[in-house]
Amino acid sequence: MNGRPLGVFVGYGLALVAALIAPWVAYPVFLMTALCFALFACAFNLLLGYAGLMSFGHAMFFGMAGYFFGHVVKVWNMPPEVGLVAGVAGAALIGLVTGALAIRRQGIYFAMITLAFAQMIYFLCVQLPFTGGEDGLQGIARKPLLGGLIPTKDDRVLYYVVLAIFVFGYASIHRIIHSPFGQVLKAIRDNEQRALSLGYEADRYKLLAFVLSAALAGLAGATKAMVLQFATLTDVSAAMSGEVVLMALVGGLGTIAGPVVGAFIIVTMQNYLASFGEFVLVIQGAIFVVIVMAFRKGLVGEIAEWWKARRRPA
Amino acid sequence: MPDMLLKVEGLQAWYGESHILHGVSFDIGRGELVTLLGRNGAGKTTTLKSIMGIVGKRSGSVRFEDGETVGKPSDVIARLGLAYCPEERGIFASLNVEENLMLPPVVKPGGMSLAEIYQLFPNLQERRRSQGTKLSGGEQQMLAIGRILRTGATLLLLDEPTEGLAPVIVQRIGEIIRQLKARGFTILLVEQNFHFAATVADRHYVMEDGRVVDMIAADDVQQSIGKLQGYLGV
Amino acid sequence: MAQVALGLVNGAFYAMLSLGLAVIFGMLNVINFTHGAQFMMGAFAAWLMLGLLDVPFWAALVLSPLIVGLFGVVIERLMLKRIYHLDHLYGFLLTFGLALIIEGLFQWKWGSGGAPYPAPIRGGTDLGFMVMPTYRLFVVVAALVVCLATWYAIERTRLGAYLRAATENPTLVRAFGINVPRLITLTYGLGVGLAALAGVLAAPVQQVSALMGTNLVLVVFAVVVIGGMGSIMGSIVTGFGLGLVEGLTKVVYPPASNTVIFVVMALVLLVKPAGLFGQSR
Repeated sequence: MNGRPLGVFVGYGLALVAALIAPWVAYPVFLMTALCFALFACAFNLLLGYAGLMSFGHAMFFGMAGYFFGHVVKVWNMPPEVGLVAGVAGAALIGLVTGALAIRRQGIYFAMITLAFAQMIYFLCVQLPFTGGEDGLQGIARKPLLGGLIPTKDDRVLYYVVLAIFVFGYASIHRIIHSPFGQVLKAIRDNEQRALSLGYEADRYKLLAFVLSAALAGLAGATKAMVLQFATLTDVSAAMSGEVVLMALVGGLGTIAGPVVGAFIIVTMQNYLASFGEFVLVIQGAIFVVIVMAFRKGLVGEIAEWWKARRRPA
Repeated sequence: MPDMLLKVEGLQAWYGESHILHGVSFDIGRGELVTLLGRNGAGKTTTLKSIMGIVGKRSGSVRFEDGETVGKPSDVIARLGLAYCPEERGIFASLNVEENLMLPPVVKPGGMSLAEIYQLFPNLQERRRSQGTKLSGGEQQMLAIGRILRTGATLLLLDEPTEGLAPVIVQRIGEIIRQLKARGFTILLVEQNFHFAATVADRHYVMEDGRVVDMIAADDVQQSIGKLQGYLGV
Repeated sequence: MAQVALGLVNGAFYAMLSLGLAVIFGMLNVINFTHGAQFMMGAFAAWLMLGLLDVPFWAALVLSPLIVGLFGVVIERLMLKRIYHLDHLYGFLLTFGLALIIEGLFQWKWGSGGAPYPAPIRGGTDLGFMVMPTYRLFVVVAALVVCLATWYAIERTRLGAYLRAATENPTLVRAFGINVPRLITLTYGLGVGLAALAGVLAAPVQQVSALMGTNLVLVVFAVVVIGGMGSIMGSIVTGFGLGLVEGLTKVVYPPASNTVIFVVMALVLLVKPAGLFGQSR
């Protein structure tokens, strides 16, 4: 039986159409921000949902990539493409170093270690001059892409660029998950002992997954810096790491589309609740609690379950 | 007819999706020593665990001293006067020998005192400050048995106490079990080693595929030896 | 030299908090992210009791842990208990969510600025090589006493034996007739109470603010990874030790002082991943 049901194709088709007309319907900067976070959440979910590793410090990749992008474009005066590459490469490198150490422990320790490393990077960012400290890197100019061909100052034009980046990232994740590498990852997640006994060097696979996830999170972070034109301490904070976990959780861990849905929900919510100040934290916390206690599969996950249950013969 | 201490009827049990016990029925009179025999996988350990309330899902009837226990949690069952000595012995590594002995709380009066237990197992007294798991297999088994004698429990559930032990130790354990029976404990014993079981038991129940299929009294063992060998696959 | 001794004050908090985390983790297999928020609640309870009811520090030292500990018991009964059968990560996420709620509420009501709490002991003590604020000396001594008392309670008493055994094999312990679920609830309550006690001790040292817990707990996680959660004494030694290391770094190379613990964590992971006192889990 050939994999994907018709419903999924229709779903993606509709989403694509919606995505293409979106900037005429909604505020482009909002959409772009949501897309960046969606990519960030997908990158996080690649690690948790498919490799079974929960990183509670993913903001370090997201934020640092933003700083790298900003530094390359503003201080070194290079084109944004180079900035994006710098962001991705920088994030991947950080991922390699922290991942190699974090992989040495399992499960909950892994999460704590990533959290601790992220906190270390946060402290470094507060102190190092290159990040601009408390002020961050502000006023990163929107330079045209492809040597002047694409005028990024126009929000609508930039939106399509960001959409393309997002689709690239999403497609990459899709490819990774369905590749032989992805299958081995799933096998390791489900039963590491068995995978080891079959001869797979589980640690290598986990590290590679970690680096890929970091790189993609970096892509999201660098793109966000390009769109919003600043990179600040918030982007590397523990709160940011927590937010991406929330997005993936709300949407559905272990589903590909879940994190995207979760990201859009959370970004929208933050927009609407901005006037409530700190109460947003309370709501976010409450969502965490409610989901863990009752809706562990997340929105997309629960819908998928319900759909499957409907189609099962009575 | 001795008065019934434990009456099991139609006991069923599941580990998750696996249906292990399909309706076990037997009874034990006060002061008797009864064994559960059978091949590996017949459900003997599961039966003990079900009586003790440790298995997840169970149904049917388990009556101890005329009270129904099948739905109760294991700590409540223990407090009624049952005690369990698991197959893996369950000696706590983070406790020393004496702490292991003193751990199970006294649930009823009439249990043995620490001094009496040390009389029964002098080698445990020598090593009372040692970490529990530093003892040899035989000593750990004695510790596991000794632990439950203090509680005042009247029904002891022993799961393969002689497994993996040298013949000399097996003999010692046999002596101890006979002494316990003489003191009035009621014992349900699971054993693979039939020869050992035959030296201590009043009656044997044979289990196969999650059911009790036969009962053989101690006196009838000689005549039924062929049947038994068939059941146990020896 | 003074800085190093002051580092011990930080170490006192690291030790108390990592001890609480380790005890809770041992029994419940949950990393209590809410620990920081409960530490903060301890400080706030003392501050509120002083402001509203004129309750002095010494009474708060007893009352605050009781109140916050009770709150912990409620959390355990209502929520934590229901997720023990799940992957441990969910416990982490749940306690993280609770921490957000608690801190969000406190921030919303009282803002994120700090309020001062008057030190109950004034003046300094001449230790020979330095004059140390007497209150801070008291904190170090009090923390040591509490930690050692906890160690003694766990390693040398009957109840502690129940705890140790239940950590190893809760099913068997329950089959002996011990009410293990109640023991678990009690353990959580005690761990939370410890955090709150640390909070009360901390109130005169740092400002009482809604954020005082999170900043601290993130460092304590690193402390816990370094020590490993295998032993009580290990957590205590690691906590105080890292406080000293931090103090030393303030003297030798100040800019690194808030990252040095993370660097130590990285080194420990390279050399002994299970932690200095840990066993591989």
